[in-house]
Amino acid sequence: MRTLLRFLCLALSLLAGAAEALTPQQTLAIAAGENDARIAALTAAATGGDARLAAFVQALLDGEVKVAGDKVYLVKDDKATIAATGEPAKLPDDAEDVTNNNRMRGALDAVLSTLRLFSPDLAVRRAAIVDLGKATLEEGQLPLIDKALAAETDPQLKDNLGRMRAAILVSSTDRGNRLAAAKELASSSQSSVASLLQERLGDGGEADPEVRAALGQALDAVRGRLAWGERLGVIFTGLSLGSVLLLVALGLAITYGLMGVINMAHGELMMIGAYTTYMVQNLFRAYAPGAFDAYILVAIPAAFLVAALVGAVLERGVIRFLYGRPLETLLATWGISLVLQQAVRSIFGAQNVPVENPGWLSGGVQAMSNLVLPYNRLAIIAFAMLVLGGVALLIARTRLGLFVRGVTQNRRMASCVGVDTARIDMVAFAFGAGIAGLAGCALSQIGNVGPDLGQSYIVDAFLVVVVGGVGQLAGTVVAALGLGVLNKFLEGMAGAVLAKIMVLVFIVIFIQRKPSGLFAMKGRSAEA
Amino acid sequence: MSAVLPLPALAPRRSMLLGMKGWLGVTIALAVVAVIVPIANLLVPAGSVFHLSDYAVQLVAKIMCYAMAALAMDLIWGYTGILSLGHGVFFALGGYAMGMYLMRQIGSDGQYRMPMPDFMVFLNWKEFPWHWALSNSFVAQMALVVLAPGLLAFVFGFFAFRSRIKGVYFSIITQAMTFAMMLLFFRNETGFGGNNGFTDFKRILGIPIATPSMRMTLFVITGCTLIGFYLMARAIVGSKFGRVLQAIRDAESRVMFTGYDPLRYKLAIWTLSAVMCGIAGALYVPQVGIINPSEMTPAASIEIAIWAAVGGRATLIGPIIGAFVVNGAKSVFTQHMPEYWLYVLGAMFIAVTLFLPGGVVGLARHPRVLALLGKSARKEDGASS
Repeated sequence: MRTLLRFLCLALSLLAGAAEALTPQQTLAIAAGENDARIAALTAAATGGDARLAAFVQALLDGEVKVAGDKVYLVKDDKATIAATGEPAKLPDDAEDVTNNNRMRGALDAVLSTLRLFSPDLAVRRAAIVDLGKATLEEGQLPLIDKALAAETDPQLKDNLGRMRAAILVSSTDRGNRLAAAKELASSSQSSVASLLQERLGDGGEADPEVRAALGQALDAVRGRLAWGERLGVIFTGLSLGSVLLLVALGLAITYGLMGVINMAHGELMMIGAYTTYMVQNLFRAYAPGAFDAYILVAIPAAFLVAALVGAVLERGVIRFLYGRPLETLLATWGISLVLQQAVRSIFGAQNVPVENPGWLSGGVQAMSNLVLPYNRLAIIAFAMLVLGGVALLIARTRLGLFVRGVTQNRRMASCVGVDTARIDMVAFAFGAGIAGLAGCALSQIGNVGPDLGQSYIVDAFLVVVVGGVGQLAGTVVAALGLGVLNKFLEGMAGAVLAKIMVLVFIVIFIQRKPSGLFAMKGRSAEA
Repeated sequence: MSAVLPLPALAPRRSMLLGMKGWLGVTIALAVVAVIVPIANLLVPAGSVFHLSDYAVQLVAKIMCYAMAALAMDLIWGYTGILSLGHGVFFALGGYAMGMYLMRQIGSDGQYRMPMPDFMVFLNWKEFPWHWALSNSFVAQMALVVLAPGLLAFVFGFFAFRSRIKGVYFSIITQAMTFAMMLLFFRNETGFGGNNGFTDFKRILGIPIATPSMRMTLFVITGCTLIGFYLMARAIVGSKFGRVLQAIRDAESRVMFTGYDPLRYKLAIWTLSAVMCGIAGALYVPQVGIINPSEMTPAASIEIAIWAAVGGRATLIGPIIGAFVVNGAKSVFTQHMPEYWLYVLGAMFIAVTLFLPGGVVGLARHPRVLALLGKSARKEDGASS
């Protein structure tokens, strides 16, 4: 009997609802009773469009609504008001909390979003549509969408609303509606639409063969569009990884490629760059919190200088005694890397330290429905290109670059014509170390900063240099980007670990075919 | 070997493998591992000053396994000039082959009281993966101890040496291999217990593994194997084969132009060296009681090189000494001041390469040191880098 009464109540409210203020009957119908009836009442009230409804629904979600008899109260900070009118009232002792199950909460959320659909602000409407896209809508809520569709002026949002409407109609009881909805949905590029269509095509979904065919076509169309997003996503993450590898390998290309020094401590120079960034960030936070977003602009040169300084010290202290003995250099620099790692552990602790992105590097561009390009990754790609350009210019166009090339090609001859080879060695090594510092600064923006930061990239970086060909910047670039994309592509097929192993196997086979890398230096030496 | 010229003048005359002093040393070493240590550990009562604790026995056994790996490293690096950063993998492969057998020997006595190893029960596997097919047979697994590292080294070495990858290039490629193998063994799906590896061994050949007599048996076997390996290595470097290896180290192109094919020599010593490491790993696992992928990290492989370098490359006895010095220092430091160990290890890497290219043995044979000891400098066959 009670249910029947409520239905009657509801019917009344539906009749009275349109464009009228929120009534006590409505609030009661929304707050109490069976879920179906409550949702229907909710939708009806929403179509009415009273400003007070949003607050009421929010209160329901926050658990601030109580019901006593046929009166609905809002209770906030121990003060009760009548929900419909907002006038103060005394809360009866027998007032009960309103309970909302998940379905009800979903409907309440959806109504809140729907109400925002009528906001005059375009951005609010756009956000509301994104939120609604995540909620599961029911056919009962269709009138709301229809109303919003009628009111919408922005063509793109109108389009989105149309598809949302279709997503509801696709499970409608009317065959014509379903057919039309299937056609409408085919133009979507949302992954949620693909799973909805999939669900309708599954067991207990669509029975009518013609509608099924339409649904199938729609699904293919949506999937085709989604596949593009995924493919572009793989290429983007591949390029992103590739540009990280490029940054790491550029420094190596100088120390190993041009100078022939195997620097196993290269990763630790990156680590030093990353920790420098961390220190600069802390300094900004402590002394110039207002300019925090600009800390990265100071961190970049600082990371370069600190790493370059450490590099110069290493070259003068250890490496210069080992020129021409690459295997010994390898072992000595490995020892240096152990010492540097342990030093960082002693100073900063073994835990990772937090490095925060500046505000303008967080977030990303929504390029496609299933493809977000984070700003920090985009920035690193750009940064890698800048550093690459800088290194290339320095090697090809400056006096220092000329000397470095001269010493690389023929040390004794360079010395004879007056080049201070010892100084060139030091400067070139410090420069390579500085580039490693820059790489560390970049890595701090996308990954963890810890004592073993360098270890995770160093093997890959050496492989990039080896594959690219020693002493060849172009080879380094092609190898870094190629290996990055290949790695991410295989990752999609076989998982991260197997992909890595496959890449390593691929490299070993590749070296068989081209022992001196992609861009080999031509020469007649028997020791090539 | 198509055009091997006889080299009677160059081949050293060595009717005996070692000199009188050498044989005396070997005899003493044999006596120590086979007689003195067992007596000092098993028969001398625990309170006596001559008693050797179980801990010391286990530590020495462990270091003897490392010494075998260092010896193998000396053959390939000290005598052939090829720095491998992958010997840790061969060591671990031998260890895993032994570990598989030991896991099967646990039988149903694991945590879950199931006939499968615990980690397989945990992963809800119903039957053994294919590579475990022979794991119940001791003979088959011992064959695997030799075959697994041997085959990997042979295939890898064949392709690498054939395309004449050498020097630092080769080192980097072996490090990449190490890295790949480590990732592979860290995966649960590979079927080697993921990052926990194998542990909790109960029996070997049906005999409980934790008894004093079993432990001592393994110790004696390890000691004798090490001495055997040393004599074998000595024989190799003294032979014509060994001379060619040293020629390859010093001037590979010249060896090639003289008509030798360095590929065969390098491949043979590389594979042998890997097998020695595998056997060392197989002896290591039952005595230490655990094998996991941390033995396969690139760092573990590089450490083998530093044992050889600290002791003295191309001396054979040096790497054995080096393994004892470095690992002895490691166990002292990790016990008393663990945070300083990496500084010491790092400093060792730097100091040895800068100041001690001949290692400890090189230092002892240095003319000035010999003069200090009142001996005349002798000509040594060990070569410097």
